[in-house]
Amino acid sequence: MVHNRKLRLAVLFIMAPAIFRLCGLYAAGAQVPADSSLGERLYLTQCSMCHGRSGEGGRGPTLARPKLLHAPDDDALRNVIRGGIPGTGMPGTRLIDAELRELTAYVRKLGQVQPAVLAGDPERGEEIYRTKGACAECHTLSGNGGALGPDLTGVGASRSPQHLRESLLSPAADFPRGYAWARAVTRGGRTVSGVRVNEDTFSIQIRDAAGKLHSLWKAELREFRKDLTRSPMPSYRDALTPAELDDLVAYLASLQEAK
Amino acid sequence: MKSLVLVLILLAASATQAQVPYERIRDSNREPENWLTYSGNYASHRYSQLNQINRTNVSRLKVAWMYQVRGRQHFETTPLVFDGVMYITDPPSDVTALDLRTGRPIWSYRRNIPQGAPVCCGQVNRGVAALGDQIFVNTIDAHLVALDARTGRVRWDVEVADWKLAYSMTAAPLAIKDKIIVGVAGAEYGARGFLDAYDPKTGRRLWRFWTAPGPGEPGNETWSGDSWKQGGATTWVTGSYDPELNLLYWGTGNPGPDYDGSVRLGDNLYSDCVIALDADTGRLKWHFQFTPHDVNDMDSNQIPVLLDANWKGTPRKLMLFANRNAFYYVLDRVTGEFLHASQFTRQNWAKGIDARGRPIPNPESAPNEKGALAYPDDDGTANWFSPTYSPRTNLFYQNVREKGGVFYKVSVEFQPGRLYLGAVKRDITTEEPYGTLRALRPLTGELAWKFDVRTPPWCGLLSTAGDLVFSGTMEGDFFALDAISGKLLWRFQTGGEIWSNPITYRFEGRQYVSVTSGSSLIVFGLE
Repeated sequence: MVHNRKLRLAVLFIMAPAIFRLCGLYAAGAQVPADSSLGERLYLTQCSMCHGRSGEGGRGPTLARPKLLHAPDDDALRNVIRGGIPGTGMPGTRLIDAELRELTAYVRKLGQVQPAVLAGDPERGEEIYRTKGACAECHTLSGNGGALGPDLTGVGASRSPQHLRESLLSPAADFPRGYAWARAVTRGGRTVSGVRVNEDTFSIQIRDAAGKLHSLWKAELREFRKDLTRSPMPSYRDALTPAELDDLVAYLASLQEAK
Repeated sequence: MKSLVLVLILLAASATQAQVPYERIRDSNREPENWLTYSGNYASHRYSQLNQINRTNVSRLKVAWMYQVRGRQHFETTPLVFDGVMYITDPPSDVTALDLRTGRPIWSYRRNIPQGAPVCCGQVNRGVAALGDQIFVNTIDAHLVALDARTGRVRWDVEVADWKLAYSMTAAPLAIKDKIIVGVAGAEYGARGFLDAYDPKTGRRLWRFWTAPGPGEPGNETWSGDSWKQGGATTWVTGSYDPELNLLYWGTGNPGPDYDGSVRLGDNLYSDCVIALDADTGRLKWHFQFTPHDVNDMDSNQIPVLLDANWKGTPRKLMLFANRNAFYYVLDRVTGEFLHASQFTRQNWAKGIDARGRPIPNPESAPNEKGALAYPDDDGTANWFSPTYSPRTNLFYQNVREKGGVFYKVSVEFQPGRLYLGAVKRDITTEEPYGTLRALRPLTGELAWKFDVRTPPWCGLLSTAGDLVFSGTMEGDFFALDAISGKLLWRFQTGGEIWSNPITYRFEGRQYVSVTSGSSLIVFGLE
């Protein structure tokens, strides 16, 4: 029972492209090879903290694919890099034209990769998603499922298999800022913990593990704590066998249809 | 005959309306029911003597009326209020006169903005100036326009600078005596800064002071080569004025390019300064540079607050300045003498301030290729949003952005009309930025109290004789604190981001408080 409860919480924070508040990562000290080209240097210092060192994805979508959703051609890609994507965490940059050209070329190079061959079976993975994983209790897929974690519709198009696996094994390593953990204790002694849905100076809204929304005035709390580095999703490392993990990754990676 | 008399009476009545001679602004403390200039008075106290709304009854504050504007840019206006009318600007450069009784518009001036007018930070406008029977507005395409205060019709319209060279104007003009003082923006594009004075009757330019001086002008030697030509040091926030000294005080912005000092060796005067100019001639009386050779975008486009007080037992004319660079300064405003500096929040760009007021830079915070961690980030601790000083509490109040960033050096190349920066920023995601409203002792910068808010604010402050301080947040909370203790007394969720400075006024015997939120102007009164 305890184990199952862990599983219910488990798949909370696999990446979802509409939700990531990305590209605001502190990446000081990013390793830049001395002989790197201008495009590579710009990518490693400006983009890799969200899109991964090789474009595998992270808080931001994978770029290691031939077609990019928001950038079907180079002009569109330059526009995205220059102006960002409104409504997402993708910020604009203030690069000069020569830098934009080099960076665009480098990002295109990242997309010249063969699709990864995955060990798992997506059909078995879907079964795990529905049953043992209980993923739908927290995540939405094509309009069905829970609202506690990010929507996973099309997650295979925006996150690499490598990133999906990492999210299942170490959820706290890299998760959307909009899903930080919070805990509040009212003056009456009631404890509420879960995902911080919203917060202003005077109030906090928390969605608990059962999906229930709690709206609280801070003035009425005895304790209030939030942790940006803590994901409510526990690791799947011990909850699934390596083969089951492969299957679940294969299933999530197969979810290519955009929302 | 009766009709004729009526017409004459109406004409006489209208002639007495909408007249704001200089003396009214100079003596604005005599008519606290109005708000006659951007910062409330020439000393920029943004303090009101009105006390009908006070600590005992502020909890009964309710919405009286609202007005919504069309623009989708940040609504940053500080309204002017006099003689039954409120004058606001809405983005990008429109002006509307509102009837105070009903909130209904009387007239609107709509300006067509050229496509592609470059602005670094939004096509915004922070308010108008009034002088005589005219309203003055700066426009995003760098014009100064005089409007008939009764009708909104254009009296004259002059080009201050060429918008194609990336000049823009977002600040409220300052009306003094017989001049309209205006500043420009554009330092992020390498625009060379200046401050101008115009004749309110004709629109003729009376003087110009270049804040990045050319050859032969004092200060030019602080720029290597021809770097002064793209020197920035723009003047995009309204300054203050001392009528007795006849001196204008104005903050200046970052040098261009913002982050790469290698192409502009030297102190780069008069960037990141407060300059004191003779109001009649535009000649420099003195300057004080807060951040010489800035590589962290530390514009000093904040509000100089003027205060007459005893300094170590001697009455002096002082200036209080909470700078974007995280230091609070006290200067002698007659001479520019440095008197005091103290750090008021987290920073790492300076190791300290020496006895002359000059910072000791920390080179580790300068942008580099691996990413340099810098506090504050390029939005600063203070910014354009106004502080307030209350003579009743003798406290200086400042909203503060508590946020750092990581700055990566990138190539920089000047092209007219293109961004000229030299670095890009990434936020720090391992910590959550926040804001504070800080009450400081005016002569020492010592913290009296502070009030934390969820995210770094873009709202200015208002203090009143009701011993209240009003502020707002990016989450839409508008609130009042006890000006003495910092205790929360009232709050209202407005539903939109608050990007402006609140004001207060009295109309038909009742005091109101006004602020913008989202695309709404909201006016509050006691129920």
